[in-house]
Amino acid sequence: MKEKKSLFQNPGFQTLLASILCAVFGIILGFIILLLMNPEHATEGMFAILKNFFKYANNKTNLMYYFGSTLVKSVPVILCAEAILFAYKTGLFNIGCAGQYTVGIIASLYTALALHWNWFFCLLSAIVAGAVWGAICGFFKAYCNVNEVIAGIMLNWISLYICNIVLGNKICMNTTKSETYDIAGKNPSGILPAFLADFFGQNKYVTIAVPLTVIVAICILFVLNKTTFGYELKATGHSKDAAKYAGMNAKRNIILSLVISGAIAGLAAGLYYLTGIEHYKIASSVPGMGFSGIAVAFLGGLNPIGSIFAGFFVEYITLGGQYLNTNYYNPQVADLMIAIIIYLCGFVLFFKTIMTKPVSKLGTAPSPTPDKKTDAADNTADKKEV
Amino acid sequence: MEDYVIEMLHITKEFPGIIANDDITLQLKRGEIHALLGENGAGKSTLMSVLFGHYTPEKGVIKKDGKEVKISNPNDATALGIGMVHQHFMLVDIFSVLDNIILGSEPNKFGFLTKAAARKKVLDLSNKYNLKVDPDALIEDITVGMQQRVEILKMLYRENEILIFDEPTAVLTPQEIDELMKIMKELAAEGKSILFITHKLNEIMAVADRCSILRKGKYIGTVDVKNTTKEELSSMMVGRNVKFAVDKAPAQPKEEILKVENVCVKSKLHNNDSVHNVSFNVRAGEIVCIAGIDGNGQTEFVGALTGLDDIESGKISLCGEDITKKSIRYKSTHGMSHIPEDRHKHGLVLDYTLEENMILQRYFEPQFSKNGILKKGEMRKYSDKLAAAFDVRSGQGATTIVRAMSGGNQQKAIAAREMDRDHKLLIAVQPTRGLDVGAIENIHEAIVKERDAGNAILLVSLELDEVMNLSDRILVMYEGEIVGEVDPKTTTLQELGLYMSGAKRDTRKEA
Repeated sequence: MKEKKSLFQNPGFQTLLASILCAVFGIILGFIILLLMNPEHATEGMFAILKNFFKYANNKTNLMYYFGSTLVKSVPVILCAEAILFAYKTGLFNIGCAGQYTVGIIASLYTALALHWNWFFCLLSAIVAGAVWGAICGFFKAYCNVNEVIAGIMLNWISLYICNIVLGNKICMNTTKSETYDIAGKNPSGILPAFLADFFGQNKYVTIAVPLTVIVAICILFVLNKTTFGYELKATGHSKDAAKYAGMNAKRNIILSLVISGAIAGLAAGLYYLTGIEHYKIASSVPGMGFSGIAVAFLGGLNPIGSIFAGFFVEYITLGGQYLNTNYYNPQVADLMIAIIIYLCGFVLFFKTIMTKPVSKLGTAPSPTPDKKTDAADNTADKKEV
Repeated sequence: MEDYVIEMLHITKEFPGIIANDDITLQLKRGEIHALLGENGAGKSTLMSVLFGHYTPEKGVIKKDGKEVKISNPNDATALGIGMVHQHFMLVDIFSVLDNIILGSEPNKFGFLTKAAARKKVLDLSNKYNLKVDPDALIEDITVGMQQRVEILKMLYRENEILIFDEPTAVLTPQEIDELMKIMKELAAEGKSILFITHKLNEIMAVADRCSILRKGKYIGTVDVKNTTKEELSSMMVGRNVKFAVDKAPAQPKEEILKVENVCVKSKLHNNDSVHNVSFNVRAGEIVCIAGIDGNGQTEFVGALTGLDDIESGKISLCGEDITKKSIRYKSTHGMSHIPEDRHKHGLVLDYTLEENMILQRYFEPQFSKNGILKKGEMRKYSDKLAAAFDVRSGQGATTIVRAMSGGNQQKAIAAREMDRDHKLLIAVQPTRGLDVGAIENIHEAIVKERDAGNAILLVSLELDEVMNLSDRILVMYEGEIVGEVDPKTTTLQELGLYMSGAKRDTRKEA
């Protein structure tokens, strides 16, 4: 019994619980929507979504193929989540991640389709582009005290229009279809090297992007927890004043944090578009990947490893929408449901706050009690001085 | 039968572990100016919070016009005609003067504002009491003195009869203070009753009719101001000297460690300098204390000294090296240790563990990191060593999140960290705030040991006992200036109190 109690008090476990609760809650709400639209087929539809590619359970090749596709499509949203949580640990809300992702698209596709670069350099250019975009945001925040959310949102739109201009020409784009050419056709060296293609049922889109994502997540975990750099960044994020007192350079940390965050977002775009699985289509709104990343980061409990699972879950549900029977449901219903689930995923912190107290009560408080009296006296002393 | 407009009888308010108000009686006569005098933590704010219904007292009653009333929230207080000018004004910066005055009781017709009548009323009041304001000016554009007038008008507009001024002169220039005193007298003559919270004796002598004194949560007495002297008030406020001697040998000061020359710091609140022309030195092997009542520039001065805030002019040297413009990191790695005043804001990263906090300024040193990777084992060892030496107690040892530790242990952790670091100068700002007697003794002993080891110590304290017992020299700061230097062995608390409240000032100006 004792061990179970201490588990309930473990903040990591509480976050996990909150995340699972959010996901379940989202699925239930989604189910209610299906019920409202077409009660007869709701259960069937819900199962189709949840069952997803396991529909092919009898055909191992197909099963692995679609599993692979889900992995590939999870890559950008996981990396965007990593970008957001990295900045978040420094006390910055990098909503500009969407724009940094977009410039990553520009750089990777332009260098691949127009300049015919090798995939490695295409990827590198995407990283650099994202980093520069993050640096602009960081510079304004550090030196002009411009809120990173405002600067980020504006840069998002700027990046979108630049993207439409740079990629919307005959070199990169099939202008009749308004979408970029296949990289494989134009520049085979621009495609990322395949990864365990045999294992994934000859899915050529499964590339080194998948293992790289995991490596990046581990690196972030390492940097945040084991290095002096991560120590500084987190200290600045927790308490700017204490960081200042400790002699840390807050301005530098803000810029560096957004540069790294932007670089990860750029990497996300590169690792996705250079697989060839997706084409850029002329769009009138900023790609949603960066925004989904926010929900994923929170659903993952702001933990780099947690975000991997959260990202996979979100993408799993999103792709699950395709299995919904369109005879009974408008295809947009799937999108609506997914939107609701993702939206609820952002509520993890809220769930955690309302949950922490009752859950902690399941265990007994550890004993920081010897000084309880002085603590209380101190609190009141502080209060009086207000 | 006296005509008391408000009476607070035998109020007792306890917080866990501390009695903030112990059987306090405060009776305010109609049309008088009644001063409420006491040091920090004497219980003035708690008493006012009780009057405004923020706290419910354990014992005691409040009477209005002789009838018992129940005040359970600020709205009740407002309904009884009690108004307050807070030390930090409660005004909306981007609203006009008029809008601020009517805020909360906006005159309207069918939900549409009808400002014309309000404007007339405000202008009438403004003329009547000589409170000149421009009703259309924005708050952010007018001076602090004028903002205060707006606050006063706000109370008059609501026809409050009991006006409470909470340290109203803290942010004013001398001319503005004179004007405020005049206005207060006029208001009292009109029949308004004024409660004036302060610790400046000169002001009490100038305007108050009577004065009630609190000390450490207890009611000391009420005196008629015209029958008393500043010395008497001061000794009532500070109390007799409870000898709580720190065991220490006479100081043997050696070479100069810290030299401060003509330091000025601009205030963030008003146009005056918050620190003006401060010069002094601290030598190795001595404890120099800056004494003074809270809010007289100590915080700002320490901010400038340590680099947390900008310095306007002047020069600071540490061991002969000019460090005025050096970074915080440079100062901290070149011999300056700092126990900050606000342990939650500056001293600790509250969401970090104890071991992480113990290396806050040293994480980059080879002892704790190699090639940018933290040495977790060393951190743990170091943290455990310091915790043992300074008796820092925590629930889960080195991995305790500091936020979960008691205030006293947090303070001990900071003291341990700052004293263990390689340093020549220790700046200790209220190092014993919130500690119990035993812990205070420990920290005092450690500070004396520091001194005997040849370090220079600059102590900034609001606790007079601490000032008297620990320091070798005392500098008194009043309104941003060093107004006197005294020897703790020859001075008295009364004399110190006079310096601290601005009643006395060394005529000889230090070079």
